[in-house]
Amino acid sequence: MSNQPILQVNHLSKNFDGNGVLKDVTFSLNEGEVIVVVGPSGCGKSTLLRCVNGLERPDSGEILLDGARIDDAADLVRVRRQVGMVFQSYDLFPHMDVLANLTLGPVKALKRPRAEVEAEAERALARVDLADKLHALPRQLSGGQKQRVALVRAMLMRPRLLLLDEITAALDPEMVREVLNVVLDLARDGMTMLIVTHEMRFAEAVADRVLFLEGGSVLESAPPKAFFHHPQTDRARRFLDTFEFDAVKQRVE
Amino acid sequence: MDLDFIQRFAPMYARAAGLTLRIGLIGIALSLAVGVLCCLARYFRVPGLRQLAAAYIELARNTPLLVQLFFLYFGLPKVGVKLSAEACAITGLTFLGGAYMAEALRSGLEAVDRTQAESGLCIGLTTLQNLRFVILPQALATAIPAIGANAVFLIKETSVFSAVALADLMYVAKDLIGMYYKTDEALLMLTAAYLVLLLPLSIAFSWIERRLRHAGFGGAV
Amino acid sequence: MQDLAVLFRGSNLARLLGGLGVTLKLSLVSVALSVALGLVVGALMTLKNPVVRAFFRLWLETVRIVPQLVLLFLVYFGLAKAFNLQISGEAAAVAVFTFWGAGEMGDLVRGAITSIPVHQRESSAALGLTRGQCWRFVLLPQAARRLVPQAINLATRMIKTTSLVMLIGVVEVLKVGSQIIDAARYDAPQAAVWVYAAVFFLYFLACWPISLVAGRLEKRWS
Repeated sequence: MSNQPILQVNHLSKNFDGNGVLKDVTFSLNEGEVIVVVGPSGCGKSTLLRCVNGLERPDSGEILLDGARIDDAADLVRVRRQVGMVFQSYDLFPHMDVLANLTLGPVKALKRPRAEVEAEAERALARVDLADKLHALPRQLSGGQKQRVALVRAMLMRPRLLLLDEITAALDPEMVREVLNVVLDLARDGMTMLIVTHEMRFAEAVADRVLFLEGGSVLESAPPKAFFHHPQTDRARRFLDTFEFDAVKQRVE
Repeated sequence: MDLDFIQRFAPMYARAAGLTLRIGLIGIALSLAVGVLCCLARYFRVPGLRQLAAAYIELARNTPLLVQLFFLYFGLPKVGVKLSAEACAITGLTFLGGAYMAEALRSGLEAVDRTQAESGLCIGLTTLQNLRFVILPQALATAIPAIGANAVFLIKETSVFSAVALADLMYVAKDLIGMYYKTDEALLMLTAAYLVLLLPLSIAFSWIERRLRHAGFGGAV
Repeated sequence: MQDLAVLFRGSNLARLLGGLGVTLKLSLVSVALSVALGLVVGALMTLKNPVVRAFFRLWLETVRIVPQLVLLFLVYFGLAKAFNLQISGEAAAVAVFTFWGAGEMGDLVRGAITSIPVHQRESSAALGLTRGQCWRFVLLPQAARRLVPQAINLATRMIKTTSLVMLIGVVEVLKVGSQIIDAARYDAPQAAVWVYAAVFFLYFLACWPISLVAGRLEKRWS
């Protein structure tokens, strides 16, 4: 294995209706590394993730996956088979049971034998404490359970890289932990991840590096300890203060 | 009420009902095919075809079947295109029904969340696989009540085919009224025949609709 | 082109438009009656009384299942025979279309009313609105937004269905077209294709703008 990063983003820019949503974003992500992207809402975090697996096409700049530039639409199917993504809204397929949700990608996209994939799916479900939900339908699951299934679904593609887009934002507080524990386990197992989240404590625990994004630009890129305790920019400090305020408020209540 | 008369002509109604049903079912099947094609042309924004589909849908939905039929049966032969009454009936029904089915399918497709399509892409499905395994099953489930209503509507519409001398139910009834002046019996059998044809279909579709609604998305779909 | 010219010969175009006028008049009367009756029927349909429900259910299923042409025959020929009651084709048409339209319209009204979530009612009660105020300011405006586009669509369906009345002897646009073709049978044998195409487009011109309005309202209000 070389030192080549799994993901290299160079001078990425993206406009919507003339508004720069991403401006000259550059960073790289090495194998086994976890980068957490934080920033106020509307700062372009989600757009950044969506650009990486081609749900949005960048206006300029380049994205390299394992050193290969992602160029045209033909690359996208290949790229998406190597890059997993989980959304805020889980997006399990409502017309399929859990097992069918899990096996669809590996069997149809990767052409792996169904029996093998099913066995793997069962083991993976057991690891996230959902062994008994193999044949449940998505609507029979809680939000936290759905999101864990969505994580397993992405992982069964054996991705080189996993993108998580505010996966706990739609969850009740008591379900957030069960989902984040799964992500922490993945990080411990060496999964390479690019994570957008509003859970600052989780970000600090899981990240190898934090990117602070505002107005579409990377204002800070630092190890979590440094970023959360000694932010370099005023804006980052103000951003982190809003969470302090929440914490204080909770204590008062 | 002349029971002998009813008994005597019941087989004629049965044959006519068979014809009505056959043309109706062929028309429904072809309508669905045309509807799917139109819908795909619009969904994939195929240049040219997409505008053509949109224009066709507006034309077919805003004109009566009887007029479409007169054009096909009485108009076209004058310029050298001769179709049998049955071919006219099927063509007309498909022309009308295709547009209705396309609209039913479109609203089904629109009801599928954009994020569902994105999730399909994110697990590496190709566009076609995504359509087949993720989007269409959900769109169809949503569209089934509308498709069912269209099916009943199309079979009902076959009643106008008598106007182009197709020996369907309506034609037999008119014939009997004209020949024997047994209006009551002829109309009674006519109504009964349509009830026998359409009531089961209507009940079946409302059962499916209730099941779908109740189950959200049942695994049995 | 001789045959296309038939359309513009003598008073043919005016007669065709006159036929369209009959079509539109029949539709307009039927639509107006259907809407008026449908509002009442729809309100009654929301009642929980099982007898009332069964009655309207039966009505609705009847007009949904029995083809309009069959209903026309039942009224036009059946009534005449059964009660020796000779009514004009136009009267039969209005009666049938209203019977059909009031049922369908009633169901649309019922759907529009029941589609409003319960919490809308509850939250207006919480704001201290009276029952009447709640209906006037909260429920009816929402129901109307759902109802109006669908009711307009029903109107276009009714216009299209009036083409059937030529089969019970009413002289409307399609019948006028046939008459024109018959009259020109010898000197313009191919007129049928043009005349029927003209009738086709007349119907289209009558219905399409209405459909567009319905579509636009639906989009704006959804």
